[in-house]
Amino acid sequence: MKISLTVNGEACEVDVSNNTLLVDILRTHLGLTGTHVGCDTSQCGACTVHVDGRAIKACTVIAPQADGMNVTTIEGIGTPDDLHPMQEAFRECHALQCGFCTPGMIMQAIDLVENNDNLDNRSIREGLEGNLCRCTGYHNIVRAIQSVADGG
Amino acid sequence: MYQFNYHKPESVGEARSLFQDADDPMYLSGGMTLIPTMKQRLAAPTDLIDLSGIPEMTGIDVSGGKVTIGAFTPHNLVADSAQVRGTLPVLAEVAGLIGDNQVRNRGTIGGSVANSDPAADYPAAVVGLGADVVTESRTISGDDFFKDLFETELKPGEIITKIEFPVPTRAAYRKFPNPASRYAVVGVLIADFDGTIRVGVTGAGPCAFRASGIEEVLNDNLDPAALDGVEVPDAGFNSDLHASAEYRAHLVKVMAKRALEDLLNG
Ligand SMILES: Cc1cc2nc3c(=O)[nH]c(=O)nc-3n(C[C@H](O)[C@H](O)[C@H](O)COP(=O)(O)OP(=O)(O)OC[C@H]3O[C@@H](n4cnc5c(N)ncnc54)[C@H](O)[C@@H]3O)c2cc1C
Ligand code: FES
Ligand code: FES
Repeated sequence: MKISLTVNGEACEVDVSNNTLLVDILRTHLGLTGTHVGCDTSQCGACTVHVDGRAIKACTVIAPQADGMNVTTIEGIGTPDDLHPMQEAFRECHALQCGFCTPGMIMQAIDLVENNDNLDNRSIREGLEGNLCRCTGYHNIVRAIQSVADGG
Repeated sequence: MYQFNYHKPESVGEARSLFQDADDPMYLSGGMTLIPTMKQRLAAPTDLIDLSGIPEMTGIDVSGGKVTIGAFTPHNLVADSAQVRGTLPVLAEVAGLIGDNQVRNRGTIGGSVANSDPAADYPAAVVGLGADVVTESRTISGDDFFKDLFETELKPGEIITKIEFPVPTRAAYRKFPNPASRYAVVGVLIADFDGTIRVGVTGAGPCAFRASGIEEVLNDNLDPAALDGVEVPDAGFNSDLHASAEYRAHLVKVMAKRALEDLLNG
């Protein structure tokens, strides 16, 4: 089936079988490999992207659902020369080690900060419920998100 | 995931007739349960009927002493709704405790209730608040809706269109979440309707149920201490790697006590 979607502000059309996952459309068909596949079972959040500004797991959306969607991936929020404040905070706070979880963490972190007031250690940790990191122990990730939430 | 035919009806009637005409169809709502299940090939429908294009199935209405949630309404819309928070805060709280943010942005109340996962949160609210589950052809009382593990009163092809919650005087929900999935190992919702107490339990048994023993005690004496003497029989309770039946029975009492403390202090 042919589906049309907007990815990072650009209109795209792809021809895929209807059991193709959104994350595969992004990675394989559009070459946007910043979005990762960790578990493929809706648990780890490595595949997190935004649809209409809200974080969702792209491994749990099928092609026909993606038809007409407005998707933002990690590639759409900043560039190496002009990082998004959340990317900058992750770098500043050393919030990544291997980096595998990082794109998903950042996309969820942006949703968290944009949709919640008065974030603290506990609410940030709860907000990362759907994102797993096997390296950092979360401490520096929480620090990075806190610094953006505090406006720094 | 196997191949399937995909349909996106624009009305409940059209969804119903697509279901009638297909070989082995399933409805698709938020897909947070169904898509993982299809990936594992535990479900292999010939046809997926996507409910996302039916406007009357999404949205929240607060009127006539009821809070009505369209079946396709995602968990986060309920959790963040100022109307729900103002009128039936316990329902917003239940929705906000489901899974994680990404799941709450896609998963829907209709999918959750239709699925009757033994550890799902919304069923505790449907039972505990005595909600009505409305389908295209009838209204099913929350007391009669959940039948067994992943079994409900729904007939093949029947579609939940909305769920109507009566508004209690006060209510509270407490769950003991599985630390990995956030599903309820046990969750207890207590509602006070002008002095009449209802208690809905999820996680403990094969499906959500009313804890009539606890209700009886609390109708006599609305005091957490009154729960000390209550026996919660564990016969038929779930026993798995997360918790034994005996431990779940214990948790029912502990969660009920905490929910009651919240209710009294709230
Ligand atoms: C990582 C993760 C964590 C989760 N944690 C929790 C949790 O803590 N608590 C909790 O309660 N849930 C949890 N869930 C489940 C989540 O709430 C799902 O959203 C929900 O169970 C199913 O809703 P859905 O809209 O995604 O339905 P779908 O997956 O689309 O459908 C589920 C089933 O219901 C049927 N169906 C859907 N809509 C209707 C309808 N209107 N009428 C009739 N049948 C219908 C479908 O055919 C299918 O069989 C979790 C899920 C994931 C992936
Ligand atoms: S790859 Fe999607 S949640 Fe893990
Ligand atoms: S930095 Fe390696 S998984 Fe998070």
